[in-house]
Amino acid sequence: MRIPLLRIVPDDTKFDFMRFRRISFPVSALLSIVAIALFFHNGLNLGVDFVGGTLMEIQSKQGPADLAKMRSTMSSLNLGEVQLQQFGAPTDVLIRIPQQPGGELAQQQAAQKVRAALGDTVDVRRTEVVGPRVSTELLAYGMIGLLVAICGIFVYLWFRFEWQFALGAMIANVHDLVLTIGFLSLFQIEFDLNGIAALMTILGYSLNDTVVIYDRIREMLRRYKKMPIADLLNISVNSTLSRSVITHVTVTLALLALFFFGGHAIHAFTATMLFGVVLVGTYTSIFIAAPILIYLGVGLGRQEADEPSPTKFEAEVTKMGKPSGVAKPAAAKR
Amino acid sequence: MLYISRWKMLAIIATTLIICAFAIPNFFPKDVVDAWPKWAQRHIVLGLDLQGGSHILLEVDSNAVRQEKVNALRDDVRRVIRENKLSPASVTVKGNTVEVRIREGADARLALQKLQELSQPLGGLLQATGQRSVDVVDAGNGVFRLTVTEPALVERIRQSVDQSIQIIERRVNELGTVEPSIQRQGVDRVLVQVPGLQDPQRLKDLLGKTAKLTFRMVDMTTTPEQAQQGRVPPDSELLYGSASENKQPYVIEKQVVVSGEDLVDAQPGFDQRTSEPIVSFRFNTNGARRFAQATQENVGRPFAIVLDNEVISAPVIREPIIGGSGQISGNFSVQSANDLAILLRAGALPAPLTIIEERTVGPGLGQDSIENGLRAAWIGSFAVIIFMFATYGLFGLFANIAVAFNVAMILGILSLLNATLTLPGICGIVLTVGIAVDSNVLIYERIREEVRAGRSALNAIDAGFQRALATILDSNITTFIAAAVLFYIGTGPVRGFAVTLGIGIITTVFTAFTLTRLMVALWVRWWRPRTVPI
Repeated sequence: MRIPLLRIVPDDTKFDFMRFRRISFPVSALLSIVAIALFFHNGLNLGVDFVGGTLMEIQSKQGPADLAKMRSTMSSLNLGEVQLQQFGAPTDVLIRIPQQPGGELAQQQAAQKVRAALGDTVDVRRTEVVGPRVSTELLAYGMIGLLVAICGIFVYLWFRFEWQFALGAMIANVHDLVLTIGFLSLFQIEFDLNGIAALMTILGYSLNDTVVIYDRIREMLRRYKKMPIADLLNISVNSTLSRSVITHVTVTLALLALFFFGGHAIHAFTATMLFGVVLVGTYTSIFIAAPILIYLGVGLGRQEADEPSPTKFEAEVTKMGKPSGVAKPAAAKR
Repeated sequence: MLYISRWKMLAIIATTLIICAFAIPNFFPKDVVDAWPKWAQRHIVLGLDLQGGSHILLEVDSNAVRQEKVNALRDDVRRVIRENKLSPASVTVKGNTVEVRIREGADARLALQKLQELSQPLGGLLQATGQRSVDVVDAGNGVFRLTVTEPALVERIRQSVDQSIQIIERRVNELGTVEPSIQRQGVDRVLVQVPGLQDPQRLKDLLGKTAKLTFRMVDMTTTPEQAQQGRVPPDSELLYGSASENKQPYVIEKQVVVSGEDLVDAQPGFDQRTSEPIVSFRFNTNGARRFAQATQENVGRPFAIVLDNEVISAPVIREPIIGGSGQISGNFSVQSANDLAILLRAGALPAPLTIIEERTVGPGLGQDSIENGLRAAWIGSFAVIIFMFATYGLFGLFANIAVAFNVAMILGILSLLNATLTLPGICGIVLTVGIAVDSNVLIYERIREEVRAGRSALNAIDAGFQRALATILDSNITTFIAAAVLFYIGTGPVRGFAVTLGIGIITTVFTAFTLTRLMVALWVRWWRPRTVPI
């Protein structure tokens, strides 16, 4: 049983994450502005769920699909700008028909027309027809849902921690959502109900990560009454770093499997999650969620806290090396 | 933390195994499971995106309901005027309001009283709300305004949806598909979900038709050509034949001789002489009597069979039809005759329904999705398992066993709830595998830290569990809130994702608190380790 075990993060990592905030905060602010600008400039590639219209996935029965021929067939139907896109195998094509004027019935008729025009040469594998009323509702529900989730989590964190933590977590994770939306906008990844699910999951998991670090910070706050806050945050982030990395490796493994082997139907979904959970989420919990607590005045009620000094930080880490007694204040509350 | 009493141990193992056992029926073919006792038959239902099928959201045409309600009120007002000799009076309809001006010098108090009798309390005897179906306002000078109230309209729409659901059920059941689901959604909507359908168009045709069948006389006082120029007699209307009849115009009396409600049976068949497809029908006694009377009085005149304001055929009455049965012919194909018979047997919808959302997945795509989903699940789980073993050795093995039970428990709970598994739902399970090990990672990392802090093996393990469990609970609740919200706002596949994600969080917390702890505790008891191998 003496096989050396994998250690991704060395045991005595003491990276000064808090000093890095002078870089990470401006960078995040800049990226957020870019993301918002992208959103307003490019917009999102909203799927039929939110703009209405028809989506059809077809498979040509005779070899690769002839997109050019299909395009001319579609343009003769007078259905506005019909988009055709190869989807996975060369035989598979995704057809997007914009919302038709004339209410609910017109959407159904458009889908029927396309089906008739393609005739028996193709196999219709999927049809989604969303009328104007439903698409408006779905978009509204999606946005309301995101807001409700954010508020719900805020309230929960407020109960469990102090308000500074709740606020810090919210700022950090809204920042995640903003960056993810920027990503969606930049690559024009189709945003539909699955996209909302992806955003919601990103929100949940980034917070999960943040909460683990905050939990540790809270514990440290109780244990070390005199340590400068920046040092305390540094110790907390460093001591949870190994966990953060390992967990993200496992989540990434799961997501990569879904991305590469889960088929085309969930590509956009997993790509969004890979970006949001893996790239942004990890970065945020460490470089934004923790340091922001300094600005929100966490731990000010304890002792006067100075600017962080490297020497003090080193000293405290060694001090921490001793076991802290069995009846520790951190465990008392649980 | 490491001492677990014998009873607790048994309880943990029993709970885990029982929950896992509920997943068993999913691994046996349906005909095998059918022979088991009812309580053991619960299983996961594959979503429409996996098994193929149609999801169709219909909305009751509330304008039509409103129109019908206001027209009924107008007819009632006219009847009141006639019965109480208030005419000559003028009755006009404006939106939801019927305005009536009674004869000058007529008894306005009597009129008000009689008109007020048209207004009924809403909600029946059991749920009386104090609201009434019609607002009656005396505007003075013999003018009264009667308005259909909004609650009355909502109630009528609700009733329409209830009736529609029954009728749709009858129609869909005729298609012979397995486990169709027809549910009310909101006030004015019906969600129809039919799995494994080859031809969604036929389903939509059956759903979209109101199927209001009437037998009426053709108005012979004018010609269709005159009517098309705008001269339609007040008690008649201009209707057209079906497309297969070249949309031929007819002038049809508004008065209905017999309606589809009086049908007791309708069957597709073939005409004995021409052998073209027909639909034969039978009236109930009431309908038969009225039809006999009408045909006796009108021999030699044509009558029309009208379905949803479209004339199917307009044959000439050659002799009185007394038996109460007859047949409809009208250029049918075998399929359309069959469908018409289904529609007539199921009855007419109280108000037209519009399809406002359709999602259909073919069986081929569904099968592909299952294969892709399962492949991704296996590969993802395998990668995670290897990684965990490489990182934590024996403890990684514990984590992997816990994750395996975790997934089995998710499947068990999904079966217990008869929940629907969708493609995003499979994603949710794969993600849970990635996340479930997080609880183990939290515990193990904490143990590593405690060891580093100089604790003995037993102490470190104990403290590691104690501190990590609090964190596990806190961190998982945030994700659970997101999953819960997603469940409420989501429909179909997305809801499936929320379900597996939510259940996955619960089982993850459960296994962290019980199974992982149990395995480590037993290992400690048997091995009495000096050092922790992580």
